[in-house]
Amino acid sequence: MTDTEFLLWVRGPAFEIATIIFTLGVVLRILEIVFLGRKANLAEARGSATAGGIRTIITRSVPESGTFKRSTFVIVAGYLFHIGLFVTIFLFAPHILTFESVLGFSWPALPTAIVDATAVVTVITLLVVLIHRMQDPVMRFLSGFQDYLVWLVTFLPLVTGYIAFHRVGPAPQMLIAIHILSVEALMVLFPFTKLMHAFTLFMSRWYNGAISGYRGVNS
Amino acid sequence: MTGATLERGINALKEQIDAPVAAFFSSCVHCGMCSEACLFFTETGEPKYTPIHKLEPMRKIWYQEYTLWGRLGKMLGLSKPVTDAELTDWETLVYDSCTMCGRCSMVCPVGNDITYMIRKMREGMAASGHAPPGLIGATQRAVTIGSPMGVKLPALQAQINHVEKETGIPVPVDVEGAEYMCLLSSMEIMNFPEYIGAISRIFKHAGVSWTLSSEAFEATNSGIQIGVSEIAAELVQRIVTAAEKLKVKAVISPECGHAYMAIRWEGPNLVGRPFSFKVLHILEVLDDLREQGRLKLSGKEAQRLTYHDPCQVSRRGGVVQQPRNLMDMVAENFVEMPDNGTMNWCCGAGGGVSSNERADDLRLKAFNRKKEQLDAIQVEGLVSACSNCRIHLEDGLEEYHMDLPVLSLTETIAEHLAEN
Repeated sequence: MTDTEFLLWVRGPAFEIATIIFTLGVVLRILEIVFLGRKANLAEARGSATAGGIRTIITRSVPESGTFKRSTFVIVAGYLFHIGLFVTIFLFAPHILTFESVLGFSWPALPTAIVDATAVVTVITLLVVLIHRMQDPVMRFLSGFQDYLVWLVTFLPLVTGYIAFHRVGPAPQMLIAIHILSVEALMVLFPFTKLMHAFTLFMSRWYNGAISGYRGVNS
Repeated sequence: MTGATLERGINALKEQIDAPVAAFFSSCVHCGMCSEACLFFTETGEPKYTPIHKLEPMRKIWYQEYTLWGRLGKMLGLSKPVTDAELTDWETLVYDSCTMCGRCSMVCPVGNDITYMIRKMREGMAASGHAPPGLIGATQRAVTIGSPMGVKLPALQAQINHVEKETGIPVPVDVEGAEYMCLLSSMEIMNFPEYIGAISRIFKHAGVSWTLSSEAFEATNSGIQIGVSEIAAELVQRIVTAAEKLKVKAVISPECGHAYMAIRWEGPNLVGRPFSFKVLHILEVLDDLREQGRLKLSGKEAQRLTYHDPCQVSRRGGVVQQPRNLMDMVAENFVEMPDNGTMNWCCGAGGGVSSNERADDLRLKAFNRKKEQLDAIQVEGLVSACSNCRIHLEDGLEEYHMDLPVLSLTETIAEHLAEN
């Protein structure tokens, strides 16, 4: 298989398979949760569960001040790499072309220089986050194989993308193929790992807010 | 609690898993932020006290039973089932180092209600025979005697006689058609009978018709703390039967956090039907009276006072503003602790921890959180609305050589009633 053939396979059949696993997997995981259902609350409501659910989906993005003081690093680093991932994945012109080919619509891109700088910041942040995970007593204690695997499959697309974009090395087609392959690994693992939090956190915040809101508490 | 087996425990856990639990476990990214919300971690620095870790056996069962990937892994023998030894290891984490205070549920960035899951996890722990002996004893006394502390009706009657002599006001018992039926906690009957005198004086002052029931005066519910819903339901049903017999409009939960949670929020769900009467916390009733202008007070406490929010009353119960309105009525110098209201720190002894002697050292260590909160504001007194908090606050203050009086908000109001 030549570099070109490999790239065509990665961009074609492999990408289709990854997209199908990702989509069906995410839908399956969400249905698995929803179909478990929950019992109706028979206690007389003091507040609105719906309003509480919506409120917590929004407010939980902003940590309360005491919590911010106690967990400053996790919050700042967390925000940094999540914003970084969002910018590099969704606001990079070549990526938007890919999304357009799958979704059928597009949106404006950020200037490449900005995305490029963001990628560097995100890579550094992810490295720092990994070191923190290995050194902080609580995070080290909580972390298992999956936590490190998920870190790796998040990190690889960034690094391979950066290398492919700057054409470091002799075989540009191979570089882009490896980058796409790393994204496919991320997509395939996504539904079966904690990466699912990108979707399910809205459900969790909803339930948390609804449980509290029903009792008249803003959570 | 009889016939507890691993199988029963696992089945109980399976039954407890619902959509919120599945969403919560799916969302956890192991960020560790819940540890910083938990006084058992902040005061010991031990990672095993990280709230989400306390649920690991339940997470395993969710993963193995309710996810495709987990089921596949289980079929292929890639994941090991939860063992009895594992549950034994988790017993102290689930009961001794968690008061179900709910602070972690306020902090989790993905929104996991960890406390909601601990409550469920305890159902599996109790069914598999892994509940602490202290709580088992309290629960057995609650079922057979009617009170976790073994308080019987004659003991209450003796206290009533004593209170009546002191206040000169009769305490109504079994009065059909009264507006309110008041519940008491055993701790109030035994340690703080002044509470009975206080409501008696306040209700006379405000012209409120009320009664106690000789058949259901105990408000606390060990079934909820230990995690046996059948027992919890039986204890709630006693109250429901009495309230319906006396045809009261509302039942008043006393100054006790988990009693309020038990009867107000879990009660109807435990007995499987909505109540025909309202359930109010005493602070809600007092604040309503204040709003209606029926509470006429004279003089205020001059010393610098703060209010300790009982977790199940404020964060988990929704009674947050009422005590503050009432504090303003009785305190000239009311100051808030650095974290207050729904972000207050637990006293360290709720959720059954106070009935679990094994946890005594740990709860006193965790009390350091409260000490630091109090040190930051330099108050001369502490007001609360939960007799369990009160006892532990007094215990903790003594342990840390802090000379602070702990007052009941209801009793403080009663002391300031203007002469009619």
